[in-house]
Amino acid sequence: MENKRTCLYDKHVALGALMSPFGGFDMPIQYRGIVDEHQAVRTACGVFDVSHMGEVLITGNDAERYVNHIFTNNVVGMPAGKILYGMMCYENGGVVDDLLVYKMDGQRFFLVINAANIDKDWAWIQEQAKGYDVVLEHQSDLYGELAVQGPQAEAVMEEVLGIACKELTFYTFKQIGDVIVSRTGYTGEDGFEIYATPQYINECWDKLMAAGVQPCGLGCRDTLRFEVGLPLYGDELSQDITPIMAGLGIFVKLDKEEFIGKEALAQQKAEGPKQKLVGIELADKAIPRHGYTVLTPEGEAIGEVTTGYHTISTDKSVCMALIDSAYAKLDTPLAVQIRKKVFPGKVVKKQFYNKNYKK
Amino acid sequence: MAKVIEGLYYSESHEYVRVEGDVAYIGITDYAQHALGNVVYVDLPEVDDEVEAGEEFGAVESVKAASDIISPVSGTIIEVNEALDDQPELLNEDAYENWIIKVELSDKSELDSLMDAKAYEAFCEK
Repeated sequence: MENKRTCLYDKHVALGALMSPFGGFDMPIQYRGIVDEHQAVRTACGVFDVSHMGEVLITGNDAERYVNHIFTNNVVGMPAGKILYGMMCYENGGVVDDLLVYKMDGQRFFLVINAANIDKDWAWIQEQAKGYDVVLEHQSDLYGELAVQGPQAEAVMEEVLGIACKELTFYTFKQIGDVIVSRTGYTGEDGFEIYATPQYINECWDKLMAAGVQPCGLGCRDTLRFEVGLPLYGDELSQDITPIMAGLGIFVKLDKEEFIGKEALAQQKAEGPKQKLVGIELADKAIPRHGYTVLTPEGEAIGEVTTGYHTISTDKSVCMALIDSAYAKLDTPLAVQIRKKVFPGKVVKKQFYNKNYKK
Repeated sequence: MAKVIEGLYYSESHEYVRVEGDVAYIGITDYAQHALGNVVYVDLPEVDDEVEAGEEFGAVESVKAASDIISPVSGTIIEVNEALDDQPELLNEDAYENWIIKVELSDKSELDSLMDAKAYEAFCEK
């Protein structure tokens, strides 16, 4: 199947980006290099084309009740202009997708979902809506999306793009005509995301390039989110990895009256999950990668690496790994099998670098 | 444009061999280090390990991925470039100066199946 292209595809190619398939799209992985782009976001500002993300609008008399039915977080009583992160789960607590829910007004909710899950999510959202008075609109093709991220993001938004955003607090948004601007991101730095028509997104991109803002690819998007312990669907969350296992219980509101997966997740929380997501730091510089086996010091296999890197910001070999909960306590000595060798390490917090949000 | 040096032997998996007498210096080519990007770790073998032509003996890791290093020739490792332990980025700075292992060749005729500089240059352009 032919990969889709975002509205900025030609510009990525013209910039000499390394392009690679991701989530059904041909996406830029890097321009100048992952390390330079990563540092630009940590120290100044970088811009990502994230137009591959999917958007679904839910409206209608039952919109609030319906969103609360499919979403683990609680949208009841949420003010307009606020955003919540959470998951859509299956009955068994496994995750359909993790997503952002934007509350536009009383009965209008804008969902932002992962590119790789768009078809699955759209089918799921339609199926669950039976019996609810809601109108579902799949709007992925209407929107392009940019993420402007880094400590200088606010200045870049205001000065380069002319978008007033100082007043936006963390996880809030505003609408300017058909443009949505939110103080959100996936890097652990302050930053904004802009959802707009392909034409407007292209205009913004051109202004940012003219101003010398670093274009950033999905390569550093992954190293940045990993360092601050943010999950990626497919690695740290999946149909087999529940939010409770992933340590994301704070986004699962078990005190809500009902939502899909509530019983299973409540039970798992009460009993304690058999496996947990942890951070592991290795003593050596070898790099634990997705799928590598986690071992006890005695050599017993107890889990698998979900994401691992030699971190750019802290110069350490670390990973997130899903392991037997009996070994999940901080400082527990563990090891990772990397090719033919076994490298010792220990359990650490799965946030390897401090977030630097402006709240 | 990736640098290719005359007088070396090259493999299709982008390793080079520099031969001095019965000793071969094996490393990754400039093309390989470009393709990998920032090298952050080199998984080195041990001295006295045997290597076999076509078999992997270690790995070079960039931020994003691990790549096996495949020995183009057979023999016994007599020295390992331990500077790469602390400074893996040396491979980005000069891949030819910074060889990875030194091997005592067990079968010099294996060199005949490798590419010369001209053939490798053409191979990289494909």
